[in-house]
Amino acid sequence: MANILTARNVTKTFGGLVAVNDFTLDIAENSISSVIGPNGAGKTTFFNCVTGFYKVDEGEIIFNSEQIQNRRTDVVTRKGISRTYQNIRLFSNMSAIENILVGQHPRLKTFWAEAVWKSKRFRNEELTALEEARRLLRFVGLQGMGDTLARNLPYGAQRRLEIARALASLPKLLLLDEPTAGMNPNETGEMTRFIQHLRDELGITILLIEHDMRVVMGISEQVTVLDYGSKIAEGSPKEIQSNPRVIEAYLGRGAASGLKAGKR
Amino acid sequence: MKINWKTTLRYGLIGGVSALYFSMIGMVELFAGRNLIGTTVNMGHLLLYGGMLAAGLLAARAHHQGKLAQHAVIGLVAGLSAAIPTALLVILHEFIPMQDVFVSVNNALIRFLTFERGLPGLLQFFLASGLLGLLGGLFDGIPTDYRRAVGTGLAGVAIVAVFSDLVTQVLTNLFGRASVNIFFVSKALKPVIALVLLLAIAAFVFMRDRRKANAPAAVAAAPLDKRAALRKQVILFVIIGALLAIAPWILGSFLSQVLFEVGRFVLLGLGLNIVVGYAGLLDLGYVAFFAFGAYTMGLLTTTTNLNLGGGVFNFWLALPIAVLVSVLFGVLLGFPVLSLRGDYLAIVTLGFGEIIRILALSDWLKPIMGGAQGVLFIPTPEIFGIVFDSPESMYYLVLAAALVAAFVSIRLRDSRLGRQWMAMREDEDVAEAMGINTVQTKLLAFAIGAGFSGLGGAIFAARLGNIFPHSFNLLISINALSLIIVGGLGSIPGVIVGAIALVGLPELLREFQEYRLLIYGILLIVMMLNRPEGFLPAEVFKRELHAGEITEPAEVE
Repeated sequence: MANILTARNVTKTFGGLVAVNDFTLDIAENSISSVIGPNGAGKTTFFNCVTGFYKVDEGEIIFNSEQIQNRRTDVVTRKGISRTYQNIRLFSNMSAIENILVGQHPRLKTFWAEAVWKSKRFRNEELTALEEARRLLRFVGLQGMGDTLARNLPYGAQRRLEIARALASLPKLLLLDEPTAGMNPNETGEMTRFIQHLRDELGITILLIEHDMRVVMGISEQVTVLDYGSKIAEGSPKEIQSNPRVIEAYLGRGAASGLKAGKR
Repeated sequence: MKINWKTTLRYGLIGGVSALYFSMIGMVELFAGRNLIGTTVNMGHLLLYGGMLAAGLLAARAHHQGKLAQHAVIGLVAGLSAAIPTALLVILHEFIPMQDVFVSVNNALIRFLTFERGLPGLLQFFLASGLLGLLGGLFDGIPTDYRRAVGTGLAGVAIVAVFSDLVTQVLTNLFGRASVNIFFVSKALKPVIALVLLLAIAAFVFMRDRRKANAPAAVAAAPLDKRAALRKQVILFVIIGALLAIAPWILGSFLSQVLFEVGRFVLLGLGLNIVVGYAGLLDLGYVAFFAFGAYTMGLLTTTTNLNLGGGVFNFWLALPIAVLVSVLFGVLLGFPVLSLRGDYLAIVTLGFGEIIRILALSDWLKPIMGGAQGVLFIPTPEIFGIVFDSPESMYYLVLAAALVAAFVSIRLRDSRLGRQWMAMREDEDVAEAMGINTVQTKLLAFAIGAGFSGLGGAIFAARLGNIFPHSFNLLISINALSLIIVGGLGSIPGVIVGAIALVGLPELLREFQEYRLLIYGILLIVMMLNRPEGFLPAEVFKRELHAGEITEPAEVE
């Protein structure tokens, strides 16, 4: 299977701090992959490099055989990458459905001023967009909550709305930054199934950052481990679980012999 | 319930210190010169004893619940304690004349405070304060429906009396001079009329509330009434439209001028609302675009030798150019501030506004822009033989412009561009991650906002006939910003209400202009504490479900 995303020797530094160091990663199309690592390992920084929020210092990022490093964020999004955030970042004073409508932005084509005289094209596009937004609401199980302000939604619903918003741009690659953070085991299980469902139903490639090892080991086909900005391991969940360097990174030197990975 | 004396005293003293302050700055005395009801109640009373009433009311409210008698006691104590600071001032004045330092602490004030009786009059002052405090306390204790009725009635009478200029003007224009004398004595309401008005309003409110409470069935039948609701809306629209259309005839020349001012600030507010309310870009130099519009109009149409138009331009030809020039400068000034956010943006735009004003004032540009002498002899607009030379006719012009601006605002708000702006306001980084080109989105906000402002400026220049650099000072930007905050950021009805409250009402109270900024400030503080989202906050539109659609519960997987 072809690789949808390739990062080659990506390096990102902040002053003296090397946040991502010579990082290389291949993501196969239609796969679910995870990037894991201790806090501060550079996972989110890598996401920010992919989406163009940070400029990389060295290396290249190739999406669909096109270089996208150092492009503007909105350009990258229009090429088909969308993301969610570790600390949910919805448009909190807009309603849930408006959030999704904003997410559809890259797909809408009418000239802005057409809204003033409500051209036929504009009306049709708005109607389709609204219909699509309703569909996405139902898809993530938020029907009936569309007119609630995003900030008034319960936590789990906010997480799902953020995913719906990311899906609205019809991405080919979806980056999920800790989608189950702050969820109880029940909600986590639900979210895990939902992510799998996304890939199976919509054929979207998924790359996630996750701390919950049950989620990571349960759904990933490929796991990459970052520590201090560098890749220390890569492979199937099984391989990672028994990799001494990973255990060392998570639990410290000496722990590798005594404890099993997979427990936090 | 136990009475909390500390809280009671605190509210009393807050009221007392306010009363002392208003007395010492001369506000009470000035207000006392304006009768509200006959010659017995004047605006000084309203200010001073209104404070006592409020002290009693707030002190009682702080106790949440209790018997009516307790409310009365709390109110009484609060009212009495509220009288103490001012009473001390009166006593002090008896021994040490303070007029050299506090110009306003003079005999006229003391006479007002003591009911013209000297020190013994203080007893009466205490009595009145205590009584008002007690009434305030009682007011908090009575059942809600009575409270609403009485409160609305009192407020209604106060509004009619304070804005008697407006009311008498309307009466004169509608029914002739004689009708005014039925209701008013000079500027004050006749006591009988005041009483009748109070009872009428109170009775109306009371009955209406009763009817609403007795008709819960109407709520259940709501979906069926969709057409009725629509009809109601249409009727309301027609009424408002008709009122706007005939307003100058009812209001007369002076009030039409006030309406013109309101309209001008509605235009400014609508433009700034796009920049600040929708796009969240805090722009303090907004007056610059107003100046661009005004100067473009002025320089293209003036009959002096500053004219740049070669005599071909009349108002109607210059108007689109003025708007275009403002839009252009909106984009030009937008470029350098693209990467700035929040406070930094505010400071830089503030600087821009001042630079434009100073450039207009400078000797360097004097050959083109006229320097401090400004641009004179800007002709009034004329079309099909109709000359817009009166406040009434200019009102229609500004009304038309404001309607256009409001229409464009509404249409853009409900479109993709509106959502882009709001997303950018909420979180610029995420908006960009949604594929929004923030550069373009920001520039569009600046450009359209500047366009509305330039339109206002062009009309303003044609109305006044002369423009001077000092007409474009920072205060205009601040005013426009305040009015959209007071009205409710991002809300179009809010802009209109804000403009009426902050531009229209002060014009009607010109006699008290010295204290305009003080009242303004107090209003803003109270507003921000109690209703930080503004008078008429922007509403969330129902998009997911059409009215009447049944909500199915969200499935739980």
